[in-house]
Amino acid sequence: MGDIAIRALGLSKQYRIGARERRQTTLRDQLAHGAVGLFRRNGRPVAGEDTIWALKDVSFDVTRGEVVGVIGRNGAGKSTLLKILSRITRPTTGQAEIHGRVGSLLEVGTGFHPELTGRENIYLNGALLGMKKAEIGRKFDEIVAFAEVEKFIDTPVKRYSSGMYLRLAFGVAAHLEPEILIVDEVLAVGDMPFQRKCFGKMAEISTEGRTVLLVSHNLGAVGSLCARCVLLEAGQIALDADPESVMADYMARHEMALSGPPRTRVTGDPDLGAEFVLHLKKDAGEVGVSCGDPVRLEFDIEAPRPLAEVTAGIVLRNLMGEPVVGMSSRVQNMPRVSSPSRFWRVSCDMGSLPLNAGTYLAGVYVGKGDREVARFSNAILIRVVEKDVFGWGSVLPGLRSWGPIYWAPRWDIEPK
Amino acid sequence: MEAVRAPGGAVVDSAAAPVTVIRPAEGWLGVNQRELWSYRELLYFLVWRDIKVRYKQTVIGVGWAIIQPFFTMVVFTLFFGLLARVPSDGLPYPVFYYAALLPWMYFANALTNATNTVVEHRWVITKIYFPRVLLPMAAVVSGLLDLGIALTLLGGMLLFYGVAPGWPILLLPVFLLLAVATALGVGLWLSPLNALYRDVRYAVPFLVQLWMFASPVAYPSSLVPERWRGLYALNPMAGVIEGFRWTLSGRGSPDFGVMMMSAAIVLALLLGGIVYFNRVERTLADVI
Repeated sequence: MGDIAIRALGLSKQYRIGARERRQTTLRDQLAHGAVGLFRRNGRPVAGEDTIWALKDVSFDVTRGEVVGVIGRNGAGKSTLLKILSRITRPTTGQAEIHGRVGSLLEVGTGFHPELTGRENIYLNGALLGMKKAEIGRKFDEIVAFAEVEKFIDTPVKRYSSGMYLRLAFGVAAHLEPEILIVDEVLAVGDMPFQRKCFGKMAEISTEGRTVLLVSHNLGAVGSLCARCVLLEAGQIALDADPESVMADYMARHEMALSGPPRTRVTGDPDLGAEFVLHLKKDAGEVGVSCGDPVRLEFDIEAPRPLAEVTAGIVLRNLMGEPVVGMSSRVQNMPRVSSPSRFWRVSCDMGSLPLNAGTYLAGVYVGKGDREVARFSNAILIRVVEKDVFGWGSVLPGLRSWGPIYWAPRWDIEPK
Repeated sequence: MEAVRAPGGAVVDSAAAPVTVIRPAEGWLGVNQRELWSYRELLYFLVWRDIKVRYKQTVIGVGWAIIQPFFTMVVFTLFFGLLARVPSDGLPYPVFYYAALLPWMYFANALTNATNTVVEHRWVITKIYFPRVLLPMAAVVSGLLDLGIALTLLGGMLLFYGVAPGWPILLLPVFLLLAVATALGVGLWLSPLNALYRDVRYAVPFLVQLWMFASPVAYPSSLVPERWRGLYALNPMAGVIEGFRWTLSGRGSPDFGVMMMSAAIVLALLLGGIVYFNRVERTLADVI
């Protein structure tokens, strides 16, 4: 227990979709609903209203000194999570324990007053972030040096260039010395030298043994700063692992999102001018296995018109889009069904595919006879996690750099 | 290490590090005095910022603190005093009006600023955690500087008109405190309400205007018919303003019944305001 810095237990946050509209309504409307309404806004779920879960049942532990990255698409719940952990808003259900002093930095320069000088803003912003006056005084010179605004320290910040402003703001925040630092998207602003500077400071902080929770779209930053990464998707933790696997997963999802829902317009048959639809079973768009586990894909194909002699193919590609392995029922001379139908079920038992750990995207190909009639690229995500496939005693470090497949051949090595 | 749990996101010191437990909103009062105390320096900085910023880039600067009540006093003296002949309890009109305008203008400004402060800080509220109650508190406290500056002119006026305040002036801080508490009490209700319904922003100047006529600023409360006095005493500013006149001029006999009533109402407003503010504070960042 002593080494836990953050413990989240089933954190959920519900927002009313109508909330934005609601708050614009007038007091008169609210009074019409009864004065009780004024007291009901305590964030508890109210049945029968349109609501969304920005965060749903999120649990994790962060140990002291750990640097954890949080990634995910817009609206995945990253900011909501950070807002709950930095106490800006309350969870609807669940709870979190924070062991230690928290400094949260959700935006650079919040609370800066344009009319005040750099010096005055350092004190004001520092106090807002929870620093004591004496503490700010001690760090003052360091902050000014970091921000490189020595000459302008007694100038109102409204006359600062945006770069100076950012440097000063980040400088104050970076010199907070909390036990737990919660940072959101800070590295996404400013020019390259500034980003590099912030990045350096973050790296410095993370080596000082402080606990850091970092949300960023800058995957490079997450990858090099964090030892662990959490991928949020639709308010839930999709993956919590090493940054490399999580980022591969994230990028694969991104690819899939780009190629849209599995439909196709590619057709080699002039008679079949319309769309094919690929139906995946619930949650089958994503397959997670360990190295060496049997892989089995199952999906339904809806053709625009009845067709016969259907064949299928699957190509697994890595995240660079390079094919890793291709499979085809046609070349294997599998028996074909000659009665026409619009709906076909395909199941492909790949057995123990010797895929190395990584994230792969499966493309699905549909053929009629010997012609390809439909193609669904990036249809299924296959995540393979490491396992000690060789019986070596432990997972081999860096195994995935050996190539996309692993193989245990028979060796014969003896003196000649 | 033992995790010490406290209701609603409280920070509790334990053996090694403070443990914060973040939970859904619960309970009624949930005021965390210990945390508030640990943020006392922030209150100081917020007040300091308000004062620093208030008269930046103005020519007359802090002179505004005197100009506003002074010219209002002149207008009141001309119209209510010399033309309408409103009784002034035997005080020279300028002293009579100025002594009432000081607490009134302090109250009106403090209330307006406190009401707007939460909305004005919405960018901070959605990005940084701190006890939000510091915002209306700072707004109410920072107005005291203007009041102090304006009071110096009153000193001159008392000398000029030969009015000696006498011992009651020792009670001035009591009435000052009552004025601060009234502004804070009402501000605690209105500032989160303003965040939920921006109507409040438009209603407040109007409310303040009406309130002034319901307070003995332009007339002495002795003008109010005896049978309405009970109702009149429900306005805590009535007690505050009569108290200011009495302590600053030494004339008139204050109605202690009215003052006790004012104090009781202010206390109720303040406690209710604290409860209400804390309740709304929990979801403030979501709705603002």
